[in-house]
Amino acid sequence: TADIISTVEFNYSGDLLATGDKGGRVVIFQREQENKIRPHSRGEYNVYSTFQSHEPEFDYLKSLEIEEKINKIRWLPQQNAAHFLLSTNDKTIKLWKISERDKRAEGYNLKDEDGRLRDPFRITALRVPILKPMDLMVEASPRRIFANAHTYHINSISVNSDHETYLSADDLRINLWHLEITDRSFNIVDIKPANMEELTEVITAAEFHPHQCNVLVYSSSKGTIRLCDMRSSALCDRHSKFFEEPEDPSSRSFFSEIISSISDVKFSHSGRYMMTRDYLSVKVWDLNMESRPVETHQVHEYLRSKLCSLYENDCIFDKFECCWNGSDSAVMTGSYNNFFRMFDRSTRRDVTLEASRESSKPRASLKPRKVCAGGKRKKDEISVDSLDFNKKILHTAWHPVDNVIAVAATNNLYIFQDKAN
Amino acid sequence: MSQKLEEENPAEETGEEKQDTQEKEGSLPERAEEAKLKAKYPNLGQKPGGSDFLMKRLQKGQKYFDSGDYNMAKVKMKNKQLPSAGPDKNLVTGDHIPTPQDLPQRKFSLVTSKLAG
Repeated sequence: TADIISTVEFNYSGDLLATGDKGGRVVIFQREQENKIRPHSRGEYNVYSTFQSHEPEFDYLKSLEIEEKINKIRWLPQQNAAHFLLSTNDKTIKLWKISERDKRAEGYNLKDEDGRLRDPFRITALRVPILKPMDLMVEASPRRIFANAHTYHINSISVNSDHETYLSADDLRINLWHLEITDRSFNIVDIKPANMEELTEVITAAEFHPHQCNVLVYSSSKGTIRLCDMRSSALCDRHSKFFEEPEDPSSRSFFSEIISSISDVKFSHSGRYMMTRDYLSVKVWDLNMESRPVETHQVHEYLRSKLCSLYENDCIFDKFECCWNGSDSAVMTGSYNNFFRMFDRSTRRDVTLEASRESSKPRASLKPRKVCAGGKRKKDEISVDSLDFNKKILHTAWHPVDNVIAVAATNNLYIFQDKAN
Repeated sequence: MSQKLEEENPAEETGEEKQDTQEKEGSLPERAEEAKLKAKYPNLGQKPGGSDFLMKRLQKGQKYFDSGDYNMAKVKMKNKQLPSAGPDKNLVTGDHIPTPQDLPQRKFSLVTSKLAG
């Protein structure tokens, strides 16, 4: 089970794709460039680097194990030849530097070619070492470790558009860090009540605005989103905007609050909209309108009549993520049975696709799937009761520019491309 | 092994049947599901979002272990092979020195607390 993928993220150019898994490992894939020798391999992603980011730890004071599972990976914008990313488990965030080495120095004065030190008295002449090419080596090294700032489990990290700071959010608090400083972090949101008996909601996700470095949003287990402006006060406990869809009181049930819990929040690339994922739907919000979302897309409405069983097997607490395409014209999210859903916002069309070995032959088109909610099942449709709820697609990512998507299906990663590419 | 849902009520209800909710409580799919749940677990609390529920969520079902026993076992392991965990993994006290790997995986399940109200 250590291979279960727990996060997927493209970098800013889309040339690199990082995955984190339950065993604390990070695997980075790189997109093949135009290649005359293998013309069809353009656009394929191959393994670029693998490293162990987090190890299991023990909190001796509380007698608790700290899981090494990577909850989130976020890339930093590229500033030089090296690549940087932040990876986090429940408690500790690490900044990793991934760099290439394709040259090696030869002809050192003080040591032999195999590294042994030379006897200084034997050195009679000096030479200038020369750089010789070598097989490409990709090295990952931890550059910063940001620890001991979270009592609860970290669910989100987000790099600020200022490229200097980032936030980390746990169930009750959000902290602001400077990428260069590991021994200090500022608490900017704290929703922990003085008396824990009064706890009514937890923070489920948080993200910085893509362009406005003073703006961040965080979502809650009660289905609300708060937008905070760091210019207004040091502690952003008071929101600047509060987004909540009014609920029809007559339709309220035992499950209402649970299925309204937001599992992911993502700003559009434009910064004008944000998208939230709750258990049954994806909602698009206009930042200028707090009263209700501008769009609601049903992911798997047929599950509404299965909530009792989904509560009993804990599936109702599954945390699905969602993502935008590069132009913000489409959104994508996962479902069960290795299905994932894509919604075209302009045409209002949606499609269900499957990420599995049987339905994915290389270079063949994916066939749309359909779930039959009730009544007569047509040929090729799948009935709700045949869905495999162990096959969840919680993590998906969309290339920032092209129509290339990465879908994590338990311990397998699928990369799909638009045929037009 | 795929996880199938229990199909107790063969009558299918769609999400479209949202009219006349006050009169026919069973016609709203969520309410029907709620009735099913309450029939199975009569002691279910009214609201699932209480502080107990959330606090369990904050803990996320971590494994507990005794660091003293763990470190003692590590030292002893170096010298000789200790008998490995017996078939009953729940017996981690007494003769057997527990290590984190031996502890039964405690699944995060609110089955007892959430349904006991």
